[in-house]
Amino acid sequence: MPYRKYAEAVGHGIIPIFEGIGRVSSLGFEVIKDIFRGKVNLQLVSEQMVKIGVESIPLAVTTALFVGMVFAIQIAGEFVKFGAGNYVGGVMSIGIARELGPAITGIVIAARVAASITAEIGTMQVKEQIDALRALGASPIRYLIIPRFISCILMLPLLTIFADIIGLAGGYIVAIYMGSINPMEYMETAQNLLELWDIFGGLIKTAIFGLLIALIACYKGINTKGGARGVGEATTSSVVTSLITLFIVNYFLSVLFFK
Amino acid sequence: MIKLDKLTKYFNSLRVIEDVNFEINKGESLSVIGPSGCGKSTLLRLLIRIEEPTAGRILIDGKDISLFSTDEINNLRKKMGMIFQSSALFDSMNVFENVAFALRLHASLSEREIASIVKEKLRLVDLVGSERLMPEELSGGMLKRVSIARALAFDPITILYDEPTTGLDPITSVTIENLMIKLSKELKVTSIIVTHVLQTVYRVSSRIVMLNEGKFIETGTPEQTQKTNDPIVKKFITGGL
Repeated sequence: MPYRKYAEAVGHGIIPIFEGIGRVSSLGFEVIKDIFRGKVNLQLVSEQMVKIGVESIPLAVTTALFVGMVFAIQIAGEFVKFGAGNYVGGVMSIGIARELGPAITGIVIAARVAASITAEIGTMQVKEQIDALRALGASPIRYLIIPRFISCILMLPLLTIFADIIGLAGGYIVAIYMGSINPMEYMETAQNLLELWDIFGGLIKTAIFGLLIALIACYKGINTKGGARGVGEATTSSVVTSLITLFIVNYFLSVLFFK
Repeated sequence: MIKLDKLTKYFNSLRVIEDVNFEINKGESLSVIGPSGCGKSTLLRLLIRIEEPTAGRILIDGKDISLFSTDEINNLRKKMGMIFQSSALFDSMNVFENVAFALRLHASLSEREIASIVKEKLRLVDLVGSERLMPEELSGGMLKRVSIARALAFDPITILYDEPTTGLDPITSVTIENLMIKLSKELKVTSIIVTHVLQTVYRVSSRIVMLNEGKFIETGTPEQTQKTNDPIVKKFITGGL
């Protein structure tokens, strides 16, 4: 029965994925329930907003600048060849607002923040600090997860606005000075083709990325087992899972918002 | 009084505690001994509901703690201070903030009142002056003492010690044991000590039980335990188990 063995192997691979989705969703419901009950510590939220948002600005902005510039080199070069140079501004702005800005911000946060959240909570878990929180009457959901959850949801769209502006500015400079695109045409097509929904849709996507990254990172942290090795494995798994989830969800949201 | 009523705890198919009936009296210092991994720490975690029993009940002053609401559990935890094996101080907070943590969380006190309580608790553990130190700047013994000060913040009536002297050098161990004896005498708290360090057990306990294969074996006072005829206990205390 070779097919049976194959089916069993596939099942063993797939079941944990659905279990994980179920557990992360259940954690998400707990978090949202507590938020609506008003169990939010605003001081902790503001501390996390600084760590997650403000401290990520240099990385997000630098990445957006260079991705915007590279994007402009490719777009401008090819569009000019086909006599469509005047559309570069429009294509750049749509591409950055809908996809590149949100994706860059999501990737940066998944790499930097998911790793940091999982490593911090995972270390607390293996050093019994999460149990100590419970023993002192503090809920780990309220004390650790909710501040990170709210901060990720609020700060990702803000970082995306920065990334959009800087990416567009970088693209503009490269398109004008290296791609010989007319600045007036660049701005005109950018204004004509870019709609408000392109920007809002992109920002909503990043808020959803923030929600997912926070939940995955906190879930991986709180379920860390073992010592330093366990923390390392949980952190790697957190970043990989966040990135894969981000790419998959990004596709479906793009279809939903922009198709 | 704490009463374990047919208390049972399994982790999947692994039996940790099986159908245990036992009473812990107010003011006594009970040590639970047993080999590593036998479930001693799980017992403490069950007592403050970090873990839930598979079956059976824990009654505190006649009340089944499994029926407690979140607020009642928080009140229970204020009355039960727990000292973790790894001390479990919060890395991101200094000594003062660690001790003040639960006070800031649960009590409507001014910062001045909190500072006064923290100072009093640090004085009890002989650590006045170390308020601004971070956990990484503390020695193993200091970590334990801060952990004890943190557990004392709400004047608990029961203190749960998880391996309080394991991994400490002999001199520091004696310091911690002296502190445990002092707290027991001065504050009249009930102490439940989980450890496999026999020196600590003999010095701080008024009664000893051994947890072996999920069951309690009552061995009596330290003197009675040292003269026990129970083969399992004898084997454990002479280093054969």
